[in-house]
Order: sequence, then structure tokens, then C-alpha cells
Amino acid sequence: MSTESTTLATPRAGRIGRRSPGVAGTLRGIYIVWYRDVLRFWRDRPRIIIALAQPILYLVVFGAGLGSSLGGSFAGGGGGSVSYGQFIYPGVIGMAVLFAAVFGAMSIVWDREFGFLKEILVAPIDRSAVAIGKALGGATQAVVQGSILLVLAPIMGVSFTIGSILLLIPFIFILAFALSSLGVALASRMKSMQGFQVVMTFLVMPMFFLSGSLFPLGGLPDWMTVLTRLDPVSYGMDPIRRIILGTNLPGGADSLGLTIFDQVLPIGLEALILLVFGAAMLGIAVVNFRRRD
Amino acid sequence: MTDTDLVITARGLTKRYGELEAVRGIDLAVHRGEIFGFLGPNGAGKSTTISMLCTLLTVTDGSASVAGFDVERNPDDVRASIGLVFQDPSLDGQLSARENLEFHAFIYGVPADQRAQRIAEVLEMVELSDRAGSMVMTFSGGMRRRLEIARGMLHTPEVLFLDEPTIGLDPQTRRHIWTYLRQLRADQGVTLFMTTHYMDEAEECDRIAVIDGGRIVALGTPDELKALVGGDVVTIATNDNVRAAGEISARFGVEPTTADDTLRVEVPDAAGFVPRLIKETSVEITSVSFRRPSLDDVFLKLTGHAIREEGAAAGDKMRLMGRAWGGRR
Repeated sequence: MSTESTTLATPRAGRIGRRSPGVAGTLRGIYIVWYRDVLRFWRDRPRIIIALAQPILYLVVFGAGLGSSLGGSFAGGGGGSVSYGQFIYPGVIGMAVLFAAVFGAMSIVWDREFGFLKEILVAPIDRSAVAIGKALGGATQAVVQGSILLVLAPIMGVSFTIGSILLLIPFIFILAFALSSLGVALASRMKSMQGFQVVMTFLVMPMFFLSGSLFPLGGLPDWMTVLTRLDPVSYGMDPIRRIILGTNLPGGADSLGLTIFDQVLPIGLEALILLVFGAAMLGIAVVNFRRRD
Repeated sequence: MTDTDLVITARGLTKRYGELEAVRGIDLAVHRGEIFGFLGPNGAGKSTTISMLCTLLTVTDGSASVAGFDVERNPDDVRASIGLVFQDPSLDGQLSARENLEFHAFIYGVPADQRAQRIAEVLEMVELSDRAGSMVMTFSGGMRRRLEIARGMLHTPEVLFLDEPTIGLDPQTRRHIWTYLRQLRADQGVTLFMTTHYMDEAEECDRIAVIDGGRIVALGTPDELKALVGGDVVTIATNDNVRAAGEISARFGVEPTTADDTLRVEVPDAAGFVPRLIKETSVEITSVSFRRPSLDDVFLKLTGHAIREEGAAAGDKMRLMGRAWGGRR
């Protein structure tokens, strides 16, 4: 016993830290990469508040401004109707999720710029742990950002049931995961912060506008119909809206649902589409992280 | 020394980027517990070599093994066996010193029951125990470097690689860091492999490989390398260097080299040479100085050019600015 404690106190070189990566190592890596991001997010609480300003601004300006010119009953079905403000309420939740997920995952670019990414990439863990950990970190931040907006429901005149909230959170998470995986894939190739602006302007903003967050995706010009159906965010925005507004529309909100060839997609299928998309993005990210010069 | 004592070996190690050959066939054999220095100017191929040994870059040609593992075939095993202190900062400024170490302990698989103790030990080693809870962004450059060395040792690696470990630090901090490094080797028997372009730093190493243009041009202990310079170095300033050079060459049989308006000669015994020089040359000598050869002289002799300190100093300044930025994110 006494000899063992002496060896522990002054370990000779090579005594510990020689475990091969393996599955346990990958899981450990995922956990710690995720934990660091969540810890930093939690420390940066002012940013959480600031990030809420933009969705609320949309809600107020579009909801009240555009809403009043569109009239009291904007969309409906099954014997009920919702106002424009109520219609875009799930849209801005999706928006908060979109920005937080992409932004959170793209912190990899910052890590690269400030050197910390090297510490992660030289560690004896599989690179897939880096991609998955970062994607889950971004997704966690996005779920928190999106869920905070649920407290606005009474102001928006939207009612929830326990059941609808329990159903909603997994769908918010799936959207968040798919988008943060996209962010990780983009960041895995990005060498500088300049690229970040380009991604925001030419990818994230169009994805937001085409997702059905601000207007219904039915009856659009053909070219736009195609673009909206290619936008992964559409498949996350739609279930979120149908779940949130479902309680306000007695006959359910499927009449608002996303259609392909006039068929309303089941929300389970939409979730599957997002999961496949997210997995593909993670695959790209892992390949990029594994590449060495 | 048997082969099992070799911790790092390389044979014909080569790195090419298209046409550019950054490292041109390097052979190395570093023994366990050795402090091995890689000395050369910026751009000589030092960092490229260290990156290949650490599996951060692929090997174009040749082979290398670290801690008994081939860097191309078993990169994960190599990574688990080494610690790294990068040339540029790689700490998370928004985490505390302890949190940076916890991250490292976790990702390197230090067993849960040893983590707290190991972290306390390495913090103690670099005298940062009292700052363990402070955010790294509040740390000075020297403190960050110490924390990085502590982090590199956290998982008790067999080899600690240090890429320009004291670049951009003031002389006092550099001496301080060397104290830790020597202590590390004495206490834990770890092998230290470092790159540097500081001559005084290279003097601290057991053996040095002088690298220039992607090749090792000399390898040996600092004394062995200095012995390559023929004895003492005498620097002479005269009114007429050309004539003086001719006379010195004719009378003493040594060829002076010209540098910065002065003549340099290498002689076995400067104390006896200088009086004779003054007596036997017709040119007026305005100043004479002599000293034991330094590694600067070795480098100049081997490569025909000096390690440009001015250029390096500018690089240091850039790095320091980079560090300041890193702390401000």
C-alpha cells in the first residue's frame, strides 16, 4: 500500500494515459468536448439574452406590423384559425434554434483561430468524437435558446399541454442536431473567420427565409417550392409549428403541414429526414477532421 | 545503449509539399531521458519535423517511430505516449487553469481516481497552484507557457515535445521555464525533444541536431559541436581589413572570414595568438576581442550564414500579439 502511494505521487513517465482510444475513449471525448461548449455557453449568459433579442424583434415587428395588415385570421383549418403573429411564433423559435445551432457548432473556427483545436485534434481520441461532441454542444445550446422562447406562449395566445411540450422538445432537438452538424461540417473545412460571414449571409439567412418560418409553404411559385423543399430547416420548422399550433386548432394543424406532391408529410418522416441529413453532415465533418496534410 | 533505449528514431524522414521539400531525409536516434534539441533558423524544417513525429503531419517518405510506435501505422498509440507544447498558444482562455487541465486529463484518459491528484501535482510543479481557479485569459505569457508544460506532462508521457517553448518570453521567464524542464527530466525521466532558434537554449540540451534547409548538418553535444570550430574565436577590427587578412593568412596559416567590417579567425589558443598578432601585423589594429566559441559560431561555420536573430525577433513580436489576442477573445 505504501509503495503504491509513493509510485502514484511520482509516477514514472508512461505510467498512465496509455489507454488505446477505443469506444470508451470516443465516448469520453464526445462528453468532454460537449461539456466544454456547454460550460462556456453557461458562463456567457449575457449572450444567451442577446441572442433572444432577434427572434423577439421579428415576433414584434412582423407579428404586429405585418399581422395587422393581414387581418385577424391568417391561417386555419379544422374549425379554428390562428393570427399571423401566432403563425410566425413557431417560426421564430425555429429561427432561434437555427442561429444558435450553426453559431455554436461553428465555434470550431474560433477554436482553430485561437489554437485550442490543436489540443483537441492531437489527443489520442478518434476524430469522430470531436465532430459529434461539437454537434451535440451546438444542439444543446440551440435547444436552450429555442425553449426559452416557449415562455412567450401566453403573450402570443398559444396554449400548451404537457403532452405537446414533451413532444415538442425532441423535435426541437432533432432540428438543432441536424443544423449544428451542418455547422460542424462547414467549420471543419474553414480556415478563417472570414468564411463565417459568407456562410451566415449566403446559407443561413436563405435557409431561414425559405423554411416556412414567416409564410406558409403552400401555393408558392414552382422554383420556390423546390427550394423550400430542399431546405432542411423546413423539415424541422413544420413539426414544431404543427405541435405548437395543434392545441389551438381543434381539428389539428395538419392543414398547415408541409406537402410534397400534395401529400402532407408525417412528422415522424420529417424527423427521419433531418436525422439522415445530420448524420451525413457529421460524416463529412469526420472525414475532414481525419484528413492530415 | 541498446535499441530499447531509443525513444525516437527516424530514417530518411522527408516532407514534400508539391515541389517544395521542407524536410529532406532526416535520420535521428534519441535516447530515453535525453534532452534533445533541434536548432535552426525559422523555416529550416524544425516544426515540420516535429509535426511529423507527433503525427500531426503525414510522412512523405522515410519512416519514424516514437515510444516504439510507427508514426504512420499507429498514430493513436504515438499520441497517447507523447505530450506536446505547441509553438503557438493552445489554451482555452475562457476556462480556468484547472478546467484546462481537467479537459486534458479527460481526453487523454487519465483514470478518474488519479485526475485530481495529477492536476494538483503538475500545478505544483509549475508553481501555479494558487492560480488554479483563475481564468487563463488573465495569465501572462510566461504563466500560460508554464501551464502548457504542466498540461503536456499531465498524462505522464514518455516524450514531451516542445516547439520553441520559450519563444517570445523575457529572459527571466525563459530561465524559469528551463528550471522546470530540467526538474522534469530529473524527477520523471521523461525525454524532452525541443526545437529552438535560441543558441543559449540549445546549450541546455544534452545533444543538438543543427538543421538548415531541411537537412541535419551536424549532430552532437554542445561541446562536440563547439569543437568543430577550431578553438577560440578572435574578432579583429583594423584600418585595412583586406591587407590584414592577407598578412594573417600568410603569417599564421589561418583564413580569416569577414563579418560586419570585422575579421574573424579561429585559433587553438587566443591568449597566445593576440599578442603575436599585434606585434606581427603592419596594419593598425583598432580593436581585438576573443571568446570561447558559441553555438552561433558553430552555426555560422556549418551553414555559412548566421541564425538571423533580427528576423526571429520580428516573428516573436507577431507571436506575442497573437497571444494578446488569444487572451482577449
